[in-house]
Amino acid sequence: MATRELVHKHGKELHMNNFKIIINGIIKENPTFVLLLGMCPTLGTTSSAINGFSMGVATLFVLICSNTAIALLKNLIPDAIRIPAYIVIIASFVTILQMVMQAYLPGLYQTLGLFIPLIVVNCIVLGRAESFAASHGPWQSALDGLGIGLGFTLGLSLLGSTRELLGTGKIFSYTIFPENYGMLIFILAPGAFIALGYLIALINHLKKA
Amino acid sequence: MKKLKSTFTNMVVSLTGITVISVALLAWINQETQEPITKAKADKLTLAIDEVLGTHDNDPTKKPDTVKVESSTYVIYPATLKGESAGAAVESADPKGFGGELKVLVGFDKEGVILNYTLLAHKETPGLGSKAEQWFKKGQKGDIIGKKPGEKPLQVTKDGGEVDAITGSTITSRAFLRAVNRAYQIYEAQKEKKSTPTDGNSGASSQAWKGAAHE
Repeated sequence: MATRELVHKHGKELHMNNFKIIINGIIKENPTFVLLLGMCPTLGTTSSAINGFSMGVATLFVLICSNTAIALLKNLIPDAIRIPAYIVIIASFVTILQMVMQAYLPGLYQTLGLFIPLIVVNCIVLGRAESFAASHGPWQSALDGLGIGLGFTLGLSLLGSTRELLGTGKIFSYTIFPENYGMLIFILAPGAFIALGYLIALINHLKKA
Repeated sequence: MKKLKSTFTNMVVSLTGITVISVALLAWINQETQEPITKAKADKLTLAIDEVLGTHDNDPTKKPDTVKVESSTYVIYPATLKGESAGAAVESADPKGFGGELKVLVGFDKEGVILNYTLLAHKETPGLGSKAEQWFKKGQKGDIIGKKPGEKPLQVTKDGGEVDAITGSTITSRAFLRAVNRAYQIYEAQKEKKSTPTDGNSGASSQAWKGAAHE
């Protein structure tokens, strides 16, 4: 009886934990707005909502795969060489993603092409490998990848939508107001910094309230 | 299982193992995706050619022609309708776009009138120079469709021409028009090359349409 109760309790706790891991990546440790990691693709690919979203999904895929693989292999990787080993694993998944995108999503690949190989050096991916996958099981690590990936996708989509709306009057190519009233600077690099700054300020303000 | 200690042998074995598995996996995926990648690239070109050309019943990608203009080689895709020439799609480029090289594909009818164009590759600013994808099309502000670069090279109004440049992207507009003008030169050069008697079977017909072009 006692054992069953324990199993039940344990199972429930595990369930809660799983949920918490995902939510943690989206809100508490949101890579874009809280951890401020991976700023290069964040600023570079968010000139439109769809680009930001696609980049987020691409990173999500790599995060789940690399987190799971590293969690599975962590005991076979001696500490002294863990960074090169992780990079080889991450780079393999990124290359796979690149080839698959080129084959089946050539249009999207053309827009994001330059930034896809850069996922290898995205600090979020290596950061999660170091701080989470290296000390947790494969299932939990996959969930962490999912959570952080979703958080990143959300951040990039939000930033992309903001910039696209202010710059061209559209969101996901859907016209909200005529393009002539758009502020071009938001499509350009300085606009990325300005929009990100205000979004972070807004989110910090909402958190305090 | 306990974590492996950082001894020299362990490190070598571990890193080699991971690398070998990665390489094998990548080699396999590479083999699997090679065909779709080539197909996707070919499809893109066929689509682009169909977009810029008028009615034709041949496959222009089958017999591309190369032309040398000013020491660079360009590709040209001739179109035919019922055995007669129906113009061609010309790949052209200008190295001095705002973000680097601007590659265009321009369709001409047999008289050298622009039928349509499409950008094959560019690094122009999104939302600014990238508007060139639509700006010069039919009914848009900088419409160049139906113009004939042979009579007078296309130029933006600022340089004394009659094409409206993209607002805030004069550099892109200039580069684009240079590429289109170059496409016309390539097209003309190919016609001359074709009309020389060395090319026996198509000599007569190309002579005829050379005549037509100069009417």
